[in-house]
Amino acid sequence: MTANGHDARLEEASRRVRGPERTIVFVAWRDLRHARGRFLLIGAVVALITLLVGFLAGLAGGLAAQNVSAVLDLAGDRLVLQSPDEGRPSFSESALTPETVTAWQQADGVSDATAIGIVQGRAAEASSGGSATTGVALFGIPHDAPASAVTELAPRHDDELGLSAGAAKELGVAVGDRVSIAGSTYRVSAVGSDLWYSHTPVVALTPPAWAAADRRFGGTGDATVLAVSGSPDWDAVAADTGTVANVPLASLTALETFTSEIGSLGLMIALLFGVSALVVGAFFTVWTMQRSADIAVLKALGATNGALVRDALGQALVVLVVGIGVGMAAVIGLGTLAGGSLPFLLSPLTTAVPAVAMALLGLAGAAVALRTVTSADPLTALGSNR
Amino acid sequence: MITLDDVTLTFPDGDARVTAVDHVSLTARPGIVTGITGPSGSGKSSLLAVAATLIRPDSGHVWIGDVDAATLSRRQATALRREHIGIVFQQSNLLPALTAREQLHVMAELGGRRDQRDAIRRRADELLDAVGLSQHAGKRPAQLSGGQRQRVAIARALVHRPSVLLVDEPTSALDQERGAAIMQLIHDLSREQETATLLVTHDLVHRPALDELVTMVDGRAELSPV
Repeated sequence: MTANGHDARLEEASRRVRGPERTIVFVAWRDLRHARGRFLLIGAVVALITLLVGFLAGLAGGLAAQNVSAVLDLAGDRLVLQSPDEGRPSFSESALTPETVTAWQQADGVSDATAIGIVQGRAAEASSGGSATTGVALFGIPHDAPASAVTELAPRHDDELGLSAGAAKELGVAVGDRVSIAGSTYRVSAVGSDLWYSHTPVVALTPPAWAAADRRFGGTGDATVLAVSGSPDWDAVAADTGTVANVPLASLTALETFTSEIGSLGLMIALLFGVSALVVGAFFTVWTMQRSADIAVLKALGATNGALVRDALGQALVVLVVGIGVGMAAVIGLGTLAGGSLPFLLSPLTTAVPAVAMALLGLAGAAVALRTVTSADPLTALGSNR
Repeated sequence: MITLDDVTLTFPDGDARVTAVDHVSLTARPGIVTGITGPSGSGKSSLLAVAATLIRPDSGHVWIGDVDAATLSRRQATALRREHIGIVFQQSNLLPALTAREQLHVMAELGGRRDQRDAIRRRADELLDAVGLSQHAGKRPAQLSGGQRQRVAIARALVHRPSVLLVDEPTSALDQERGAAIMQLIHDLSREQETATLLVTHDLVHRPALDELVTMVDGRAELSPV
């Protein structure tokens, strides 16, 4: 067989394998094959940016989970916090008097209003004598509160406590062991799921035990947040009681560490999205300008703008899908490895969503190059020196 | 068949306008190669651009079949080129990433003729054979000689069975022997495919490959003896 015959057979086999759908990007696909070095480079850049975005998103997700997972788990349509005279509501500053709690519980349309206390402190395995303390978030919650993962930790007796998985691991205790907090000793009645508040693992006490602990930490012993269900006139009741009532997601802004962390990481991710769109846009603008003479020839031969735009965007999409795919595979692989030592969250929110956003922004960047395609003058193909 | 009827084309030149094509009328018939010659700046390429629907003339008509191309919108002109006109450029203007066979296949991918894809693919092989390049079908332009590239360009211009073939200085980058072979190929294929061919050349050494000759001077055309 001659070399050319071999080429022809290869070409025919390749055409059969690719199928008709590839011809949507007929020229673009062959450009990718012909200039594979250039496209490998831009694909590698896209993959690296995806790796950065994915890692930051996973880290942001992991840090967010360590910050707010217990708050988001609270069973209630809205979370009620004290409205301060100055500044914004805050989980750490909020204090709800018994009168405020009663007002919410008795408001029309309220089906449940559970008073919960949250304060951060230190705990130690009792036999250690307090020598190895660890930071914890104490949640005072009744055991008969509406079902949630936090409620499952809630003990029935004041001398008991429930530990989240993280707290049990850090304290090195199990059910039946004893834990001391601020001078009092409690028996571990339950170890539940992994719940965190402001980067400390959750420990649940009965409301009276929590109030006593809070006073020992210098607090008032008043509940700090109300988990309210029902359909009252939220604004009116909030105004009457000097409180604010937000859906759980919106109430997260009252967690100072959450807003500052997510704000910084979110800004970095947004900047990387912008860099990605700019890099892809710049590459395809230069690339399209380089092949503007080819585009003029195709137009002179009768190519529609639609066919050429489809070709150009299809090419960008291939580069983006491959680059983002490789980058995201690396994120998932490395994220799985790092999950044990870093607060890293692998979920569709930290993988699929950034990947789709990268692809859309990359296409938007590539779309900038389309002006070169649509404005190419086919007349330049006549008499041009190529 | 293509008929240019009293075509005039002007270009802006400062505050005035310069006349590139001055009331030119000519007809190219199927199977006939009509040469257009003349000195540089005489309006040959401008006339070809008008015939190719790449420029709309100031006045006159460009009849391709029964369609007056001078009245078409840009989109309609693009469709007319895609369906009825074949163009061979001065340089081969092949796409560097495509093999010789793909240069022909691309004509089915320009939009609007997906249903003809199989027919064009089949005809591509026939035409590459006709221009003597079936053994080079898998090569890219950089692997072909100048003459071979121009042969691929001729095959590309004919693959969609155009009724009109427009050829712009096809031998300008070739030596005399290869140029003569290309001219003969255009002549033979025009006759065989029954295309009405307008061919711009400044090199009258290739006159034997022309059936008719029009000489242009200062935008005006005169029929010359072949």
